[in-house]
Formats: sequence, C-alpha cells, structure tokens
Amino acid sequence: MSFNIENYFSDLSTGNTILYYKGNVDSDVINHVLDTVEDKMVAVKEQSKLRKKVYNVLVESLQNLYHHVDRVPEDFEDQTSEKFGLLVVKKVSDGYRIITGNFVHIENVEKLEEKIKRINRSSHEEIKELYKFILNHQRISAKGGGGLGLVDIARKTGNKLEYAFKVYDSNYSFFYLDILVNE
Amino acid sequence: MEPIIIEGTPKTPTVKFDSTEGVFEIKGRSIPENSVEFYKPLVDWLDTYKESPLNKTVVNIRLEYFNTSSSKCILDVFKKLEAIHKAKNEVEVNWYYEEDDEDMLEAGEDYESIIRVPFKMIEIVE
Repeated sequence: MSFNIENYFSDLSTGNTILYYKGNVDSDVINHVLDTVEDKMVAVKEQSKLRKKVYNVLVESLQNLYHHVDRVPEDFEDQTSEKFGLLVVKKVSDGYRIITGNFVHIENVEKLEEKIKRINRSSHEEIKELYKFILNHQRISAKGGGGLGLVDIARKTGNKLEYAFKVYDSNYSFFYLDILVNE
Repeated sequence: MEPIIIEGTPKTPTVKFDSTEGVFEIKGRSIPENSVEFYKPLVDWLDTYKESPLNKTVVNIRLEYFNTSSSKCILDVFKKLEAIHKAKNEVEVNWYYEEDDEDMLEAGEDYESIIRVPFKMIEIVE
C-alpha cells in the first residue's frame, strides 16, 4: 500500500516555497540546487551569515541524500532515479526551512532514528564534542560519507532536527528531515 | 619536489603546495561529494615532503565553505603537518575566516584542539 509522499507538505501551510525538487539526486542536481538557492538569497539581500548557514545545511542535506538513500521500492512511480530524493526549501518568517525526503529500508530505520534522537538530546557543547569525536575517530567511507552530516546540521543551526518516518510498505519507510535555519 | 598547483572550481578549492617558493595554501570552496579523490594527492605529496621539509612550513587555509566530507580530508592534511612538526621542523597554520563567520572560526578551533601545531586565527575584514 503506497501513500502520497507529498502529503507531508500539504500540512505545511506557513512559509513560501522557493524550491521544490523530486527525482534523482546526482552531482549536477546538487550544483543546480545550490546555485539556485544562493542566487535567490542574494537577490533578496539576505544577510551573509544566514546565507552561509543555509548554504552549508543545503550542501550537507543534499549530500546525505546522495550518499545514503536506499533504492526505491519496486512499485514506486519513479523507477529511473538511482538516488531518489525529495527537496523543499521554504522561506519562513525568521529564516529558511529545508525539508528532504527519501526512502529508507526498514532495517536502517532504527539506527538512523537513534542517531537523530541522540543529537537532539545533546546540548550545543555536547554536539561540538560529538562532532570532534567523529571527525577524529570515524573512517571516511569509500564514497566520501563521513558520518558527520546530521551532527554538522544540528551544530550550525542550533536547532533540533525535526523528522518523521512514514511507513510505505513492509520493507520501506519514507524519511522526512525538516531543518530550520534561522538567525 | 614538483609543486601541486590546482585551479579552483565551484566545488573544489585552489591549491598551491610549492616547497621552492615556500607557499602552501588551500583556498575557496571545498564541497565535492567525494573529497577523498581530491585530497589524496595532497596528502601523498605531504607524505613525501615531510622527508625533507623546509625549516619553516607556513600553511594558509582560507575557505569560504567546506563540507563534512572535506573536513575529514583536511584533518588528514593537518595530521601530515603534525608529523612534520613532531620531527622538530617549524610548522604554522594560518586559518582565515570572514568577519562574523563564527562557524568557520569554530572549525579552525576544532582543528587547533585536535592537532599539535600552532594555529593563528586571522579574521578577514573587507
């Protein structure tokens, strides 16, 4: 039984969508998204400090999709994307909201959720120490993933990582990560 | 040693490692998806360099952004510099950060706390 992966967004009534993408997340897509959002922020004369934070969070969340998305279920509408992801960037009253979505195999859900919960219950100082620990001790994967993306996002924004797992079928969940980048 | 001179791109930094001129710098943006490919030659070069380094090696790091993938590779670069320093050769790192960029300053402080090499934090005021 499938569900509409876009249902999550119909609940988000506040804010103004400045970018919406659904499809394969490859290097070119990442470049294009970064350029587009950067240009839009420059056009509205966003403060450099906020622009940088948004840019950094975008890089990390997109590269998380690039490195970690699981393959789509066999009955999913998009069978051509090797790395299927969903991305929404919204302008909100005090900054920007970046929401990503991707399929996660059921067996990977628990570990991912534990990681996020651990980050969310840590103080800012603890997050800094966690970052340094992983930086210094964890091997970089062959693909270039370092295990630091979520920690870095939490550290730079100073906000909790909002998230949801929606069950898609017996093998897959759809994971939403909802990040607020504000002043 | 042959110098390394790499032109910057929108996702990878400008790099110059030149022992003849005594210039070592990494600047620009470092946000490639797989940073290992980019940084491996630099780390290997430093491995060779450390066999006969200059009396004083000054390294300038001036990055606008770097992703977490790069942060691990940059640590590998610093670890090579640390080895040079441990062998009683002078090494100094100048870590540049833009005015008000606390994230970049903190990133430099992270490295400073992990690596036993003198760091200088230099604020860029435009």
